[in-house]
Amino acid sequence: MWDYSETVKDHFFNPRNAGEVASANATGDVGSISCGDALRLQLKVNPETEIIEDAGFQTFGCGSAIASSSALTEMIKGKTLDEALKVTNQDIADYLQGLPPEKMHCSVMGREALQAAIADYRGEVWKDDHEEGELICKCFAVDAVMIEDTIRANGLKTVEDVTNYTKAGGGCSSCHEGIEEILGKVLAERGETFDPEARAWPEPIASETIPAPTAGKLTNLQRIKKIEAVIEAVRPTLQADRGDIELIDVQGNQVMVHLVGACAGCQMAGLTLGGVQQQMMEALGEFIHVVPVAKKPAPVSISVRG
Amino acid sequence: MDGIYLDNNATTQVDLEVVEEMLPFFTEQFGNPSSMHQFGNKVGFAIKKAREQVQSLLGAAHDSEIVFTSCGTESDSTAILSALKAYPKRKEIITTVIEHPAVLELCKHLEKEDYTIHYLKVDEKGRLDMEQYQKLLSPEVAIVSVMWANNETGSLFPVVEMAEMAHAAGVLFHTDAVQAVGKVPIDLKATKIDMLSLSGHKLHAPKGIGVLYLKRGTRFRPLLRGGHQERGRRAGTENAAAIVGLGVACELAAKHMAFEQSEVKAMRDRLQQGILDAVSHCFVTGDPSNRLPNTLNVAFEYIEGEAILMLLNKDGIAASSGSACTSGSLEPSHVMRAMGIPFTAAHGTVRFSLSRFNTPEEIEKVIQVVPGVVAKLRKLSPYWSENGPAVNCQTSFAPAYA
Repeated sequence: MWDYSETVKDHFFNPRNAGEVASANATGDVGSISCGDALRLQLKVNPETEIIEDAGFQTFGCGSAIASSSALTEMIKGKTLDEALKVTNQDIADYLQGLPPEKMHCSVMGREALQAAIADYRGEVWKDDHEEGELICKCFAVDAVMIEDTIRANGLKTVEDVTNYTKAGGGCSSCHEGIEEILGKVLAERGETFDPEARAWPEPIASETIPAPTAGKLTNLQRIKKIEAVIEAVRPTLQADRGDIELIDVQGNQVMVHLVGACAGCQMAGLTLGGVQQQMMEALGEFIHVVPVAKKPAPVSISVRG
Repeated sequence: MDGIYLDNNATTQVDLEVVEEMLPFFTEQFGNPSSMHQFGNKVGFAIKKAREQVQSLLGAAHDSEIVFTSCGTESDSTAILSALKAYPKRKEIITTVIEHPAVLELCKHLEKEDYTIHYLKVDEKGRLDMEQYQKLLSPEVAIVSVMWANNETGSLFPVVEMAEMAHAAGVLFHTDAVQAVGKVPIDLKATKIDMLSLSGHKLHAPKGIGVLYLKRGTRFRPLLRGGHQERGRRAGTENAAAIVGLGVACELAAKHMAFEQSEVKAMRDRLQQGILDAVSHCFVTGDPSNRLPNTLNVAFEYIEGEAILMLLNKDGIAASSGSACTSGSLEPSHVMRAMGIPFTAAHGTVRFSLSRFNTPEEIEKVIQVVPGVVAKLRKLSPYWSENGPAVNCQTSFAPAYA
């Protein structure tokens, strides 16, 4: 059985705001293919004030999917649409006193339903470009898509590299076989083979292998300024923990950052990056992938031998 | 402990008689069965007796055909890897799409080592196509591994016939029978089955003990080499207490076989009828006419299994589900997918697996509780409205998938 918090159990056994909303004027239908869950969120929005006066959900899903839906409706009622859009999936998980790593996607589904419902209200088309892969590292909740992209973007060759860039494999180390398989697959695309004895750090890859920038409404300069603003905003928090974050480059929808000091070795780095990525997506209104990179070849700092 | 335990295909309660017989082997007769002194001199005899008890339940011709292992998974791995080592020129394996992960994951791994795995498909009731199987049998095949009974649906495969066919083609035949042993009569000496896996904790023995049945004369290469234990076929000091426990459990299983086939089956049938009568839009998965007497798998449409289990658990009822969310993998049951069950039903499958320790009163309680649980969750479901599926539920609710 999953180790659900008391709040998750409470929201599952006594769901708030379950069912359809009478006179709803916004509906968001989303699903998560990895779990087969589906969620319909309905809102009653005051057209004058844009305040969410009522919210209701219908969920086909597991305990944490129902609890996440219930929590979401409680969190957004009384908020304006713009305030509600600031609710992140991590906020939903925090409200529920945490979710198991395998179940974080339930909170993501809640946030996506909210975005979809607000897009529906505003007459926009909401498109989900969030790609979710198989969960590889359960200690730090890193999925296969994240690992693959990071290997490609940085030309990584070893499990140690992957751990240093994504934190995947830096905990209990039992996912190392899975990481090696991904390395083998990605290296094969480049015509290379995975060498378990390899220790070399990679050269930075040529920029032509980076996907072309996605067309956006903002100019490149505007985008980078907004990205810098997000970075500046999170720095004080990281510095308080004797860490820091530095913007290295922006290529297409990939934002390369370098974690410094205590953050680089911190077990929460994966969560930090997820939060930064979320904030950038909100600031830019497009899908952004935050990729941790090393500024220069550095000695392997994390021992992977248990 | 209070509560109604209907998850016996996952694991079983150790029979108190079994515990009783095991205890002296922890505290008094704790010696190594290979030792000469008084602390171990009874252990060897106890293991011999247990071996005969297992032999008897399986209908094996010789007690030396029983090899004690640590679990069903070890037995499966030993059997399949032994065949590959014993017949190095044969690079193919035949199995089915609905095997237990103990076989499936090993086979997937072997694919990476350039073995060719033929996965026999199943129809909507989980049945195999014997013609397809016959066509695949060839001198390239090292071993066929097919489960006797499926853990999720309880459906039985015709392993006795399949072993005959394999034998006729000169191919080894292994069956993972962890769900079948103790629930259906087995007489291995009358079959062409070369190897069979069983697991103690599925039949009221403790966890951590299994058996590989190895027909005399079958070419064999051990997985674990080392000491002379199990005639060199499985090195490692014997888990004496658990072996003794398994022996007793096998004897008890033989004694209760008729009860399993009559009383347990009657309770299962009553549960099935009670649920189908009281709940709309649900159906039995697998092949109801050909399955284990203790297993009932029901798909409740438009709701999700983990949520069902959490609500049942609140009422003290323990069952399990093929839903994605109850497994660590987040994958919906491969068995349900292989049978082509639509995902709105596959996620709502619940397995009730009974044992001789259940009572008709417990079954009536479950029949009372289930309809309320289903109704509560359907009220929350976007696929459901009022008293039935939402009109055109597959089109009116079409979520954007991540």
